[in-house]
Amino acid sequence: MNNFIDPILVLVLLLNFVALGASRMRTVIQAVAVQGMLLGVLIALAHGSLVLWVAMMALATIFLKGVVIPRMLFHAIRDVVIRREVEPIVGFIASLFLGAVGTGLAVLFARTLPIAHGDMGSLIVPAALSTVLTGFLMLTTRTKAITQVVGYLILENGVFIFGMLLMEAIPFLVELGVLLDLFVAIFVMGIIIHKISREFSSVSTQMLSELKE
Amino acid sequence: MAWYLFLVPLMFAALAAAAPSNRWRPWLVPAGGLTHLVLTGIAVTGEPVSALKGWLVLDPVSTLVLGFVSLMFFLCSLYAPAYLALRPERSNRVFCACLLAMLGMMTLVIIAHHLGLMWVAIEATTLATAPLLFFNHSPRSLEATWKYLLIGSVGIALALLGTFFLAYSSIHEGLEPTLLLDDLVNLAPKLSPPWLHAAFVLLLVGYGTKMGLAPMHTWKPDAYGEAPGLVGALLAGGVTSCAFLAILRFYQICRNAPEAAFAREILIFIGLLSMAVAAVFVIRQRDFKRMLAYSSVEHMGILVLGIGIGGMATFGALLHMITNGLTKGVMFLSAGNIHRAYDSKSTDDVRGAMQRLPISGPLFLAGFLMVTGSPPGGPFISEFTILIGTIQSGHYWVAGLFLALLAIVFIGMGATVLRVVQGVPTAKAMATPYRDRPQLVIPIIVFFVLALVLGIWIPHSLHDQLQQAATYLEGGHS
Repeated sequence: MNNFIDPILVLVLLLNFVALGASRMRTVIQAVAVQGMLLGVLIALAHGSLVLWVAMMALATIFLKGVVIPRMLFHAIRDVVIRREVEPIVGFIASLFLGAVGTGLAVLFARTLPIAHGDMGSLIVPAALSTVLTGFLMLTTRTKAITQVVGYLILENGVFIFGMLLMEAIPFLVELGVLLDLFVAIFVMGIIIHKISREFSSVSTQMLSELKE
Repeated sequence: MAWYLFLVPLMFAALAAAAPSNRWRPWLVPAGGLTHLVLTGIAVTGEPVSALKGWLVLDPVSTLVLGFVSLMFFLCSLYAPAYLALRPERSNRVFCACLLAMLGMMTLVIIAHHLGLMWVAIEATTLATAPLLFFNHSPRSLEATWKYLLIGSVGIALALLGTFFLAYSSIHEGLEPTLLLDDLVNLAPKLSPPWLHAAFVLLLVGYGTKMGLAPMHTWKPDAYGEAPGLVGALLAGGVTSCAFLAILRFYQICRNAPEAAFAREILIFIGLLSMAVAAVFVIRQRDFKRMLAYSSVEHMGILVLGIGIGGMATFGALLHMITNGLTKGVMFLSAGNIHRAYDSKSTDDVRGAMQRLPISGPLFLAGFLMVTGSPPGGPFISEFTILIGTIQSGHYWVAGLFLALLAIVFIGMGATVLRVVQGVPTAKAMATPYRDRPQLVIPIIVFFVLALVLGIWIPHSLHDQLQQAATYLEGGHS
């Protein structure tokens, strides 16, 4: 089954580029939703045998990252009526280019971090690092609060991919805790986005520039 | 016992969330704080606490931090009912529940010996504090909350990656994978160096964001500037101490590994950088609450600097965590009172606080003198200990920079503080309804007395506890 891991990671990487290059908010959120679901599938594949807690973990991931959180985000953009294009500080072509450079660097950097023999999927470390970088890129170059949340989600997904290497080390309880924290974080961020949109009639964080030196 | 320590505050939080009356609900906060303080007293003096197969342990360092955070929270909680009584128009349900939840989560951070669990608890602390920052519901507090939440969450996400790297560094060497602190400390010499290296950097950036070390401190002035004084004190004294503890945990692991020298250097560098950034921004600072935030950045720098130096400075840093926290209690709470009396936190409007607020004003001035290390305050002793440790270990340049930066911050903060306390208050300020009242100044006085006493005399039990904690951190067995 491990033969499927690398192809799925390639899909995850492609979705990073979809999220970076898409101008419609819906597409960006959908890309992250699919990415979240793929992560759930990866959990099931990475463990090989489908024990109860692995199945539960995989289902919880698919449900939270693929369904619940995207729904909350859709809800947030419906309320504040912003299906409009996102407004990046760095243009879409440029951010795609930066994303490609980031992926290249991730591959190079991953070489300096040796992987133990017998670990499945040689792509895990580069994929994780490049997804983290993509998340960073979205966080720093987008102005809409909601796109920044999506950037945070992608960053978390990157961390999550790396977690695949540690399926045995991290107890079920902690993984659930991580997912729960992520869920609550997005929930609180959603509430704040709502307040920002009510307060400023916009969800652009460029409005949030009163506090500075 | 370990369970009660963090579950009882959470229970109080649930009670506060369920309580129907806006008037008596705030009293649940001191009740929860007092219960927690009693439980902490029992846990600290009683049998060794350990639960869940070594996941929750009270070691010498966590005993120290737990005792301090519990005391800090209790004193701040005494301020809460009177503060919330001034804001009867606003529901305090979320505020009270989040305060208590924050206490529960801070406790969990402190007693967690499983690094994954500790991560979950730290992220939960961030989430519990976000609604506290937003209590004033103003556009500015909204901005501060957003920055706090987003920057904090991203930082903590990096810390999670670092935690994973750390776990992988043992798998890589074919060892049994683990995230238990004690196992990792023992395994440290065998961990894979590149992974450990990367892990330490990510963890320092991640938890350093939470602690507010430069250059990851950008959320701090906004958050502390907009937060109610009470929340500022708890963030600067409680939450940052928890993040500091998290960094100490990883330092403990690195200490035992060949990476120790690298970890030390980077801690010293970040410490000095934080002090320098604070010194730059504190000069000509016109917002006295933001000034306190930069003071916090400075003192967080001093803490990691002390740890990086090691030896006697470790003892000093642990003491400084306590003395700085107590003085921050004085500063934030009195600044909150001044803010309320003048309805402004800019030195353009705030003059003559000594005259306008005969108790909070002088306490603010005295707090400033203490926090900048004037004798005989507590921070003077702890900073002096760190300085001696620095000189003893031969870091003469570091010691010189340390002194110079302390002096710059003293002058910078002094200019702002003196503008606030001296002069004659404007007619507008005299007309606002707020007057100093016992419940709003007694906690400040207690903070002040405690910080002052620590400068003159450190009780034996505290001294022993500090010594044990320092030995434990330095890898010896106490």
